[in-house]
Amino acid sequence: MTLPATSLPTALAPEQPLLQVRGLTKDYGAGRGCRDISFTLWPGEILGIVGESGAGKSTLLDCLGGFAVPDAGRADYASRLFGPVEIFGLSEARRRRLARSEWGFVHQDARRGLRMSVSAGGNVGERLMAEGERHYGSLRARATDWLQRLELDADRIDDPPSQFSGGMRQRLQIARNLVTEPRLLLMDEPTGGLDLSVQARLLDLLRGLVRGLDLSAVLVTHDLGVVRLLCDRVLVMEGGRIVEEGLTDQVLEDPQHPHSQRLVASILPV
Amino acid sequence: MTAMDRAAGPRRPGYNYAFLDEATKREIRRKLLKAVAIPGHQVPFSSREMPMPPGWGTGGIQVTASLIGPSDVLKVIDQGSDDTTNAVSIRRFFAETAGVETTSSTRRASIIQTRHRVPETPLSEGQILVFQVPLPEPLRFLEPRESETRKLHALAEYGSAYVSLYEQVARHGRIAQSYDYPVMVGARYLMRPSPIPSFDNPKLDRSPALLLFGAGRERRLYAVPPYTSVESLSFEDRPFRIELPPRRCDLCGATDSFLDEIVADDAGTRIFACSDSEYCGERQRAQGLSVVAP
Ligand SMILES: Nc1ncnc2c1ncn2[C@@H]1O[C@H](COP(=O)(O)OP(=O)(O)OP(=O)(O)O)[C@@H](O)[C@H]1O
Ligand SMILES: [Mg+2]
Repeated sequence: MTLPATSLPTALAPEQPLLQVRGLTKDYGAGRGCRDISFTLWPGEILGIVGESGAGKSTLLDCLGGFAVPDAGRADYASRLFGPVEIFGLSEARRRRLARSEWGFVHQDARRGLRMSVSAGGNVGERLMAEGERHYGSLRARATDWLQRLELDADRIDDPPSQFSGGMRQRLQIARNLVTEPRLLLMDEPTGGLDLSVQARLLDLLRGLVRGLDLSAVLVTHDLGVVRLLCDRVLVMEGGRIVEEGLTDQVLEDPQHPHSQRLVASILPV
Repeated sequence: MTAMDRAAGPRRPGYNYAFLDEATKREIRRKLLKAVAIPGHQVPFSSREMPMPPGWGTGGIQVTASLIGPSDVLKVIDQGSDDTTNAVSIRRFFAETAGVETTSSTRRASIIQTRHRVPETPLSEGQILVFQVPLPEPLRFLEPRESETRKLHALAEYGSAYVSLYEQVARHGRIAQSYDYPVMVGARYLMRPSPIPSFDNPKLDRSPALLLFGAGRERRLYAVPPYTSVESLSFEDRPFRIELPPRRCDLCGATDSFLDEIVADDAGTRIFACSDSEYCGERQRAQGLSVVAP
């Protein structure tokens, strides 16, 4: 017996990539930036991007997040709202709509991703308000819920992040992004600059959240320890290009490219 | 007849009609037409130097100058009063440069220039209310960059305006803003009504009069055409509300007007009286009282 393809249960339907990047290039001149980047991100996957300082990791992420305009390449994204879209060709209205509903961007410097003079609750509620939520009580309830999910004391809901520690700010930034339940989270060194113990707790939290929320993520870091804890797959960048790509265990256990080998040798105790 | 009422008379020689040259007035009228066509949208204009300091409402004065003609009757109020230095000198300026009739009567005026109030007497079709605006941009609180606020207006992204309301409720338990309270015009553009008390906001909604706003220092004009919806921002569970203490005017007994606390005599006695001096005087006269100016 054969079933028409349309009646296949979703679990059996061939899985579509969430994001497919092809030939992405941002040239800052003098060989700086990122060049000819191609990769696929699958639903539910966390993809790590590693490489030394200046390798072009942030450049790549900024292009995807709309903070920089690429010189070439395309990125096809399976949108909940709009269906399949090519993100660099989107109108600004649509791109911003996606950015505040289906995507999240976590900056290394939390001050770039937060309103420092607005209360924690206002920070978390902003995306909801931008999406049309006009009920104060429900804004309050959802902000409280998300503070707690990020293990922030709900009593601090009316304090501005300027009164928060570095780790708390980073968790607030993540709460502010996750409140609209995005499908794609882009993170640039989310644990950079934090104490080791604070880092470990944040990574644990992130792992739980990503798994629980049917979220996919691209995570930029120079820390292979972070990659080992969080990422399913990893891209290694050098001089603006991808030099190696593979499953995390594979790349960490058996790096092929000399640059990856150096990176692994320098960071992981043998 | 009060001191504010003056018949049309000769103009002072040596100036163009209403001070500004005809090309400048035409350019302002063109910008005003654009503003009327896009209710609540801020239109840049090349604000001129006026023979008074910028804090004196040069934006409103330029709007009035570009519109006024010999058959107009002009009223000028400052915080509701026809009688303050600011109101007196603007009125005199137009009496001298345009020779127009001036009045304190809201009903009789064809153009009313105002700072910080909307008259209590309802306006009617054919009247123009010109607001002096110090700060036109409603999104400035959370967004310092002009390029960005322009984009937010273009895309009607007004989430950040609600953030500032949220902050007030979180901090004070209610929306505490009592003047310059942001409004949505024609369900499209977010607008600052200038520093009028929020008490006056409902008067802007579907007003039969044409409302024009001029910001001289910031070089912006905007408008609300007659019968346009003007809605004060609020949350569903924190509706816009005017909260006034249950007081009446000590001079005319009004319970429905905006009151100022003022010093009434040399002994320092404090009383509450209508901020709209003409409205208060009319009411006193109607009750056969001898009129006391607030
Ligand atoms: N706006 C810019 N203008 C000019 N050059 C830039 C710009 N942004 C980045 N670059 C250059 O592009 C290269 C890649 O920078 P990028 O920030 O992407 O590196 P990275 O891999 O994120 O490094 P790090 O680990 O130090 O954050 C660097 O040489 C950098 O100087
Ligand atoms: Mg970087």
